[in-house]
Amino acid sequence: MSELITKSACELAGLIESKEISSVEATEAFFDRSESLNHLTLSYLHLNRESALAAAQAADSDLAAGKRHSALHGVPIAVKDNLTTTDAPTTAGSKILEGWVPQYDSTVVKRIRAAGLPILGKTNMDEFAMGSSTEYSAYGPSRNPWDLDRIPGGSGGGSSSAVSGHLAPLAVGSDTGGSIRFPAAVTGSVGAKPTYGAVSRYGLIALASSLDQVGPVTNTVLDAALLQDVIAGYDPHDSTSLPDSLGSMAEAVKTAQFKGLKVGVVKQLSSDGFQAGVKKCFDDTIAKLTAEGVEVVEVDCPSFEYSVAAYYLILPAEASSNLARFDSVRFGLRVAPEGNPTIERVMAATREAGFGPEVKRRIILGTYALSSGYYDAYYGSAQKVRTLIQQDLEKAFSQVDVLLTPTAPTTAFKIGEKVNDPLAMYLNDIATIPANLAGIPGMSVPNGLAEEDGLPSGVQILAPAREDARMYQVASLIEALYVAQWGAPLIAQAPGLEANRG
Amino acid sequence: MAKEPLMDFEEAIERFEVVIGLEVHVELNTKSKMFCGCANVFGNEPNTNVCPICLGLPGALPAVNKKAVESSIAIGLALGCEIAPNGRFARKNYFYPDLAKNFQTSQYDEPIAFEGKLDVEISDGQVFEVLIERAHMEEDAGKLTHVGGATGRIQGAEYSLVDFNRAGVPLVEIVTKPVFGAGANAPELAGAYVRNIRDIVKAMDVSDAKMERGNVRCDANVSLRPKGQEKLGTRTETKNVNSIRSVENAVRYEIQRQAHILAGGGSITQETRHWHEDRGYTSAGRPKSDADDYRYFPEPDLVPVQPANSWIEEIRESLPENPQQRRKRLGNDWGFSELEFRDVVNGDLLDLVEATVAAGTTPQAARKWWTGELSRQANAMELSTSELAIAPDQVATIQKLIDAGDLTDRMAREVVAGVIAGEGTPEQVIEKRGLKVVTDEGALIAAIDEALKQQPDVLEKIREGKVQAAGAVIGAVMKAMGGQVDAARVRELILERAGS
Repeated sequence: MSELITKSACELAGLIESKEISSVEATEAFFDRSESLNHLTLSYLHLNRESALAAAQAADSDLAAGKRHSALHGVPIAVKDNLTTTDAPTTAGSKILEGWVPQYDSTVVKRIRAAGLPILGKTNMDEFAMGSSTEYSAYGPSRNPWDLDRIPGGSGGGSSSAVSGHLAPLAVGSDTGGSIRFPAAVTGSVGAKPTYGAVSRYGLIALASSLDQVGPVTNTVLDAALLQDVIAGYDPHDSTSLPDSLGSMAEAVKTAQFKGLKVGVVKQLSSDGFQAGVKKCFDDTIAKLTAEGVEVVEVDCPSFEYSVAAYYLILPAEASSNLARFDSVRFGLRVAPEGNPTIERVMAATREAGFGPEVKRRIILGTYALSSGYYDAYYGSAQKVRTLIQQDLEKAFSQVDVLLTPTAPTTAFKIGEKVNDPLAMYLNDIATIPANLAGIPGMSVPNGLAEEDGLPSGVQILAPAREDARMYQVASLIEALYVAQWGAPLIAQAPGLEANRG
Repeated sequence: MAKEPLMDFEEAIERFEVVIGLEVHVELNTKSKMFCGCANVFGNEPNTNVCPICLGLPGALPAVNKKAVESSIAIGLALGCEIAPNGRFARKNYFYPDLAKNFQTSQYDEPIAFEGKLDVEISDGQVFEVLIERAHMEEDAGKLTHVGGATGRIQGAEYSLVDFNRAGVPLVEIVTKPVFGAGANAPELAGAYVRNIRDIVKAMDVSDAKMERGNVRCDANVSLRPKGQEKLGTRTETKNVNSIRSVENAVRYEIQRQAHILAGGGSITQETRHWHEDRGYTSAGRPKSDADDYRYFPEPDLVPVQPANSWIEEIRESLPENPQQRRKRLGNDWGFSELEFRDVVNGDLLDLVEATVAAGTTPQAARKWWTGELSRQANAMELSTSELAIAPDQVATIQKLIDAGDLTDRMAREVVAGVIAGEGTPEQVIEKRGLKVVTDEGALIAAIDEALKQQPDVLEKIREGKVQAAGAVIGAVMKAMGGQVDAARVRELILERAGS
């Protein structure tokens, strides 16, 4: 295993800046590894060697000319397959977009390119980001580098397995109800969902417009902070993007301190329904913080009880409308039915063949929830719950600086274990969904291995809207406590993928 | 399909009360589309003014065109509406191949303007107050062309072509409340209402307002109920009627058609109808029930439109005079006969006549120019009068020269032709064409006579055939006149004097 591939993005950026290695060398190291090991994890749906190496060469020559475009200049990155790229197909994990090469770059991808980061490839995901395991990807499930029989989380399991399996030092994902944070938790990596509107959604293939947010997937908190600094910022193409800057996350991380920190534990997310080992890891985090003099109090968020129900009305409602454009007329798959091919029949046949079962399930749910006569009872009520959750959080944040919860109820489950039980699958997101409904930032940081299965667990940090910097500060403090204990980030304990080659 | 049996119009009005409701779509003339930067232009090559946003490509997001919001507020204010402090967009979900996203971004329960009214005068001087329910912003769909098949409609076509140039063009839809009590005037009132809206948006310059291009189009709802009955009858909605005459005719036709059915004990089907301009009848479209389910919900990709009060007031102050009131005012000021005034109005010449009068002519003189010679020129060139390359103040200049006796009518027409042909200002044309010589040639001839006196042998030489001898005299005349004469004309006059 090349030494380069286990380095953090920040370390790689330093080596590139000091010209000890070139961006081309770093990029090639990840390609060499990915080309030989991607078949094990199916992290990537598409590897983009030619284009990435051209970008790496440009990064090197810019650097030689004294132009360093960002703190991550020259570091290669993986991009989730629901962000449009003009130099690689963008499928969102769906057959209906197989082979579609977009005519435009998403704003996030533009920013990544402008910051001098070569794009290694497009990472696997549940179809249209609907799922928690990547088992709903039309191209097959990604696998968890800690145990290839297990899921790497979802929907961004391609990004999480790429980062934790060292097939990429960095990745961007998207998080609608936990699609960055859950995969990070179950693969021992770091994942952050910024405040809604902090990162542009222009060019992100929409799942649920009012919930989607793009964010970093990395192996360290600092790497995530550096990446958020690259991708965040106002975009006139996204009307919901925040007009003013939230400041530098990387700068904030440098000044983090425990002094005066007050942390809340959500009553509704700290008792029932959590795997014992996960609960134990969480209690350990709280104990560590208390030992540092951090004040920990319990806060009550009674409306969280309804968050999953509300989420599974709002999400399918928006998704049913967002996915209507996949009709075969202008792009993507077109299936001609037997007999007279009227437009309605072609649309129906295309959608029947092109969408997987979970996508169809949610389109039907959403269409129903928006139907006249049901709108008030379903979509309307769900929006009210959303307001109540926001009020719960406002109240909680008037008492504490951040909230902590276990990121996920369990460690990585086995592939196939929940795929036929949608409700069980939906409950994976119980702790992560409130942040999306409220638009606040949330982040998962590794906090140990569950004792019963030896698999990674994560702790989630929630901060008030626009207080992403505070979230990163607390995340870096927690990370530092564990690095002090383990001597390195948790990811160093992961078994090598090479052992599974063959 | 053909005409259905109709009841005599007078009888229908005698037996039933007519209720109409009008939905007018106004296409705004903003430079770019409603939610993207693509050009908003009519008539370009298909699918050339398109981008990821108006094509509804995956990942693309809308951003509201501020100018379109401004125009919509202006329309709302001109119709006496309240402006919503928090207008929201919604998605109207339905599948159709001309609708890129398969939902239309529109406004639903929170339109930008609501609760207005418009006083509409018909030809006999009666004024009807038409209540406006709402004016809301939305985007247009693409344009379908159905190829093959007999009907030119989607059913039976071999294939269909979609042009997305029109997709995302900003529209304002103005919806009236039901209009009661118009009786036999209902068709005329419908037409007059649409004409009013057209004139208003044209005067405000928020739309090109060309009905023949679909810039302003009307959906006319008509229902009948037996006199004295409270419950409204079942309505039909005749779609996309795109001339004022057609609006009148379609409403009249529907009244007569529905009356015949109701009188025979039948019932009206709630449906959309198509107006066939050529043969003057409506035919059934698709059934339309109030339960049509578009699954509206607030557009999550857009933040609410929250116009500042100061901005609304700014727009209100910049509104032009109401065209109907303006017509009344000008009609009084100018003192034209009814027929003369109608010619001006119908010829779309109000602005031009007004500007010409403002530049110093009498109303009658201005009217004669624009309805006469200038309309003829425009017709000959297949232009509208406003497109003619002559400005009202130039027309006024020419008229003043006539009044001063410097130009004859015939010469004035020549000057006009010259200006239109691009030969310059009226003064330059007069100069170049030597048209002002009626008076100036007196001075010129005097100068020639003086020069000939100085060079007495010249005339003789010319008569002998040495025409070039004129050159010396021409030079002297040009010098005497300070160069402000046409040398060719001088030569002509010298030769005249030589009798050759």
